[in-house]
Amino acid sequence: MDIVVCVKTNPDLQMVRIKDREAVTEAVPYKIGDLEKNALQAAVDLRAAVGGKVVALCLAEGNRKAAEDIKVALAMGADEAVVIDDPALAAPDQAAVAAALAAAVKKLDACDLLLFGEGSTDNYTGQVGPRVAELLGLPQISYARKVEAAAERGVVRCVRSMDDMLETVEAPLPAVVTVVSEINEPTIPGLMQIMKAKSKPLQVWSLADLGSEGPAPVREVVSNLAEEQDRKHILFEGSAAEQADAFVDALIREGVLGR
Amino acid sequence: MAALLVYSEKIDTARELVAGGKQLAAALGLGVSAVALGPGAGAAASELAAAGADTVYVSEDAAFEGWPADAVAAGLAQVADIAGATVVLVGSTRRGKETAPRLAQKLGAGCVSDVNGLIAEDGDLVAARYAFGGATTAREKVATPVKVFAVMPKTFSVEGAIAGAGTVETPTLDVKSSVRVVDRRAKEGDHVNLDAAPLIVGVGRGFNAREDLALGDELAGALGAVVGCTKSLADFEWLGEDRIIGLSGAKTAPDLYLGVGVSGQIQHTVGVAGAKLIAAVNKDKEAPIFAMADYGLVGDLYEVLPALVERLKNV
Ligand SMILES: Cc1cc2nc3c(=O)[nH]c(=O)nc-3n(C[C@H](O)[C@H](O)[C@H](O)COP(=O)(O)OP(=O)(O)OC[C@H]3O[C@@H](n4cnc5c(N)ncnc54)[C@H](O)[C@@H]3O)c2cc1C
Repeated sequence: MDIVVCVKTNPDLQMVRIKDREAVTEAVPYKIGDLEKNALQAAVDLRAAVGGKVVALCLAEGNRKAAEDIKVALAMGADEAVVIDDPALAAPDQAAVAAALAAAVKKLDACDLLLFGEGSTDNYTGQVGPRVAELLGLPQISYARKVEAAAERGVVRCVRSMDDMLETVEAPLPAVVTVVSEINEPTIPGLMQIMKAKSKPLQVWSLADLGSEGPAPVREVVSNLAEEQDRKHILFEGSAAEQADAFVDALIREGVLGR
Repeated sequence: MAALLVYSEKIDTARELVAGGKQLAAALGLGVSAVALGPGAGAAASELAAAGADTVYVSEDAAFEGWPADAVAAGLAQVADIAGATVVLVGSTRRGKETAPRLAQKLGAGCVSDVNGLIAEDGDLVAARYAFGGATTAREKVATPVKVFAVMPKTFSVEGAIAGAGTVETPTLDVKSSVRVVDRRAKEGDHVNLDAAPLIVGVGRGFNAREDLALGDELAGALGAVVGCTKSLADFEWLGEDRIIGLSGAKTAPDLYLGVGVSGQIQHTVGVAGAKLIAAVNKDKEAPIFAMADYGLVGDLYEVLPALVERLKNV
């Protein structure tokens, strides 16, 4: 089974600082999104069960080191990687991302299953998987916490985690599946896998390679600011009992306890 | 008249969208239409017509059973066309959130998902949603002739909504789903309501084992607090999803949030930003939670929690 995993890289949120209410992303390294790691792991597990190939597909979205960062996907077990990097797609909206990914999937030719995280780590819109499914005319199964392929029957079977129920569904291949974090615990690649990843095939495509043009924007970001937070930042010191004393005293002073 | 069209498979959310949509539509000079889909949707349609929608389009087509995204997106696109919709509001439940972008793609539309605030400003709609994992709030406009917004439940209130007497129409829609449902079962959960809890103890991966959460329960008991958790613990199935606090869980506003063994990653802390006081127990002095806390206890939770419980006995 040929599996394509769409992988977004985003600024490492733990290193994004807020200055004057703005998120400062300059000089912040990118990394592969958390849910994309779950999707990659799911693909590697499926390959182990039914055989086939795993391709990691990444739209750089302004990450100049995307071709480097995607090697983590290769170390995690993907067989090949493709990065789409084009200045016209440095800050794309979801429709533009979906159009580029759909064009790349067509160019890749063989794809039985297209995996996504249910949302990206930074903006978590969850739009790209369903948009790609619509563009390619494929069935979509979102929020999968279990994915099994019965390739001989030509179907994928998933357990999806919905708001208040678990739903087992089947769709004919090829299909789009988005995964939730509880689907697996992604393995952290060891040194051997990292070394091996260096020799795996990695291609970089531009929009021209995909035969598509720069997209017309469908969305405008008016502002993007952090709420002001004013906190006391008091760290207690001493033994557990001393800290417990000081904390409980503070809660009484604040009127939270002993009212 | 062009219309603002609202849809949710959850009747409560649909009613909120009718109420909120009516005010936005008035500001934009639009009518309000609603959609009810699925076997048995007729009852919901009558309710929405009485709740203030001018026109409700209903289809009980069997293809809408269970609201599969492909069929619902196709049905909504056809209704949007019939109704002359320029704005579509979809309830951002999981089903709605996966359907709205598919619908937008069909309509060649831009879409904003997980909208938690939507206002009319200078004849256009401005949507608020979290960005950077919750660190910021982005205000976004949609630049296409038809605009799709997936709006979080409870964004609008039905309080003070004016009753109406809309008409119900039953268009024939051409829909099918290629996804087959094999089985459905209810999720287990203990239905806690963190939204209204005055004191919350938030537990995280600092607990080494499920049994150890008894320590957290004991502390919560001593404080009179409700236990919430990080997504990690719900993923392990140590606690139910109802207890998740954060971007994909509850947004809380207690008097005190005390995070125990919680690192303080933004997707979690966005759910406690509204707390009057934030406190944390963590053995790592550098843990990000301390950077946003009022009070920090630096130490091993296995020592600090028993000490706290002991001390609270004398309050
Ligand atoms: C799209 C998306 C949405 C998400 N939504 C949510 C959400 O809604 N809610 C949510 O919670 N998460 C969410 N997450 C996950 C989030 O990014 C973090 O992974 C998660 O919150 C971390 O949980 P944690 O703090 O329990 O674990 P960790 O980050 O592993 O932190 C554990 C902490 O415990 C401390 N510790 C360890 N042992 C001890 C000890 N003995 N005593 C004291 N301290 C100890 C450690 O120092 C560490 O700081 C989301 C992620 C993504 C990608």
